[in-house]
Order: sequence, then C-alpha cells, then structure tokens
Amino acid sequence: MSDSTKTCLVVDDSRVVRKVARRILETQGFIVREAEDGQQALLACRAAMPDSVLLDWNMPVMNGLDFLKALRSEFGPGQPPVMFCTTENDISFIEQAIENGAQEFIMKPFDEEILLGKFSQVGLL
Amino acid sequence: MTPRSFTSIAALLMAGSGLSIGPDKTYLLENRLAPVMRKHHLDSLDALAAKLRPVSFGSMPGGLEQDVIEAMTTNESFFFRDDKPFTHFRTRALPQLLADRPAHAKLRIWSAAASTGQEAYSLAMILQESAAMLAGRSVEIIGTDISREALGRAREGLYTQFEVQRGLPMQSLVKYFRKEGSQWRIADSLRQMVQFRSLNLLADLRSVGQCDAVFCRNVLIYFDQPTKSRVLAAIARQMPSDGVLYLGGAETVLGITDAFTAQAHERGVYERVILPPAQAALCPPSFAGAAARG
Ligand SMILES: C[S@@+](CC[C@H](N)C(=O)[O-])C[C@H]1O[C@@H](n2cnc3c(N)ncnc32)[C@H](O)[C@@H]1O
Repeated sequence: MSDSTKTCLVVDDSRVVRKVARRILETQGFIVREAEDGQQALLACRAAMPDSVLLDWNMPVMNGLDFLKALRSEFGPGQPPVMFCTTENDISFIEQAIENGAQEFIMKPFDEEILLGKFSQVGLL
Repeated sequence: MTPRSFTSIAALLMAGSGLSIGPDKTYLLENRLAPVMRKHHLDSLDALAAKLRPVSFGSMPGGLEQDVIEAMTTNESFFFRDDKPFTHFRTRALPQLLADRPAHAKLRIWSAAASTGQEAYSLAMILQESAAMLAGRSVEIIGTDISREALGRAREGLYTQFEVQRGLPMQSLVKYFRKEGSQWRIADSLRQMVQFRSLNLLADLRSVGQCDAVFCRNVLIYFDQPTKSRVLAAIARQMPSDGVLYLGGAETVLGITDAFTAQAHERGVYERVILPPAQAALCPPSFAGAAARG
C-alpha cells in the first residue's frame, strides 16, 4: 500500500545515489527531498519533518551517525524512521545504528528490491 | 534442439522432479543446462538428450540425469519470505501446538522445499526467540530439497550481503550472523537446530516422520495438477490431525486436494482435514472434492 502523501528525506553526498533512491521511491508515491550532509538534513527536518529518512554514513560537515544523534535528541526517539544506507558493513556499525535509534540498515550497493523491502519491513510501504 | 530431444528432457524432468515444462521454455533449457553440458562434455542439447536414461518416478537417479534435474530447479529463497506465514506460525500455530501437546512431546517442523536454508533458519530464529514459551521442550526442524547443491549451501549457512538483506531485520542480522570476508555466516546455535536432507517430494515421504507444521512453499507452482494432488496427499499423511500447512502466495489446495482446508482469513495457512474412515472409503478424492465444493 503506498500513500502518496509520504515524504522521504534522502541524505547522501553522492548525487548519483540521491538520484537512484529518488527514482525508486517516487515510483512508490513518495515525495522525495534531498540533503547533501547531516547539517543540511537537520535544517531540513527543522523546517518540515519528513515521514522517513534514508541516511548515508560518511558525509562531510556532519556524518550520518551525528545527524541521527542530533535528530533523536532534538525531537525524541522513534520518529521519523531512519534507514541507514551505507558502504559500511561491519557488525559494529549496525550495532551503533541500532543503539542510536535507526530502524533499518541497508548495505550498499543496494537495488530496488532491497530498498523497497526494507521500507516495507519498517511499515512504510 | 529437435522436438524429440525436447520431449525426452521434458519427460525426465516430469518423472524426476515433477517440473512441468512446455516447448515455449526451450530457452530456459538452453540457459540452465549449459553448465551441465560443459561438465559432461556434450556439445548440444540433442547430444545431452540422446544420453539420458529413463528414470523412475520420484527417484534420485544420480549422474547426468540428476544434474539435469537439479540444474532446472529454481532455488530462490529469502529469510521470512512474505512475513505473514512466519508471524502466523509464531503467534498462532506454535502456541496452539504447544498447548495441545504433552510437555514431553517433541515438536517437529518441516521445511519441505528448503532450498538454500533461509526458510528453515527463519523458523529456527523464531523458535530460539520463543524459548520461554517452549519451556525446554525439544524441537526439531527438518529441511529437505531435491537439489544437493542448494542443500550444501543450506548446511554451510554462508550468505551473501544481498541475501542477508532480503527479509532479515537488522537486529536479527546482528544477533545471528557474523561476517566472514564479504559473506555472512549463520550462528552455530541455529545450524544445530536444523537437519538438512535430500528428499524428492515425489518419492515416499515416510522417512520424514510425523511433522506438526509443514512449510511447503513456492514449489508446488512448478508442478502440474496431478503432481500437486499427489504431493499434498503424501504430505498430509505425515501430519497429525491438528497439523498446520503453509503454502506459497501463489499456491492453494483448492480444487487440488481434500486433505487440507484453508484457515479462515489466513492466506497461505491450511489445516488437515480427516474424513471419517467410512466417508473416505466411499469418496474417491475427486468426488469428495466436488461434493465439498458443490
Ligand atoms: C523457489 S524454492 C523455494 C524455497 C523456499 N521454500 C521459499 O519459499 O523461499 C523451490 C525449491 O523446491 C525444490 N524442488 C523442486 N522440485 C522438488 C521436488 N520434486 N522435491 C523436492 N524439492 C523440490 C527446488 O530444488 C528449490 O530449491
């Protein structure tokens, strides 16, 4: 079930990744917004909280984990669901993601099936 | 490939694994059998077809015939596939089965087309997480498949990054897997819960013993109607009267067997139907089915 009013903030310093994620999410009716680093993402959340966040780990200015910590401390736990999407794939990274309140973890490279599978796992599809 | 060659390969597949394949699938034979042709030094499907010996229904013939049968299986699987059957098993079937059985009775669960093991291991995860409910009761998970190669991978329990991202929540990944190079190895505690064996669903299934819950998912789709009926009837004989059967999203018992009935409002979940002996003897399956539907 796709809800056409759902928004997703895609946070990644790679334009290509943002474009690929946008294309996939838009087919499911998501309204996609983009940010290039954690700081831009935090400003975007303050302006209008998205329904979900797809989040890279390694980014200049503010990395994904620092963004997540800032987001959770400013707005409380749980909402919106945050899915990491990163080349980091060691257990320790996934553990840190869980500890800091991420809902899912996608290891790059990803494809449409994995991305949408994870969105549906956390109840966004 | 000549029509005669097609016919002999199709006949082998039908007798050997129940796979029903039409002439429009010639390209599939060409793709999937290329490695088998290389292995057996055959330069065409005609040459391959000419070497095939007839196999008896449901046998595991070994040699070239087995290689052909296995190469034509589709082994796609993923953890917690479709989610709902696993939720049903965890929240409904398992508590009910435990309540209905004496505390010393062993619970047996069968993944009947186990492929590379994701279904059986998903069940093992559920059972580990239900330890409190199980209260020390012993549980056995049996995973069977016709494909020795798929079973080899299942026993190995080593999955690619792609495979562990299909259906598996990150908490379970962290809890039950460790990284080995670029792959992910499943925990020994789960591996020890599952026994994988080769078994052809067309063969005599009695060696599996009685099973309280059977996952036979995404395999009947490859069979024709008579084979589906036969396999479901044979599975039913391995289940107690309160056993639960799970089929894949595109599979049903409707119009195929009277041995099971769909659980109301539960897609893909089926209960055993035991006809009283007198009625069972009076009604051949097709007639009983027509009567039940009519
Ligand atoms: C698509 S997989 C299904 C895996 C798993 N049950 C799931 O739903 O994800 C189908 C499996 O059925 C097996 N299979 C096909 N014909 C069979 C037969 N006659 N006896 C036993 N297994 C068979 C194949 O080898 C393959 O591994």
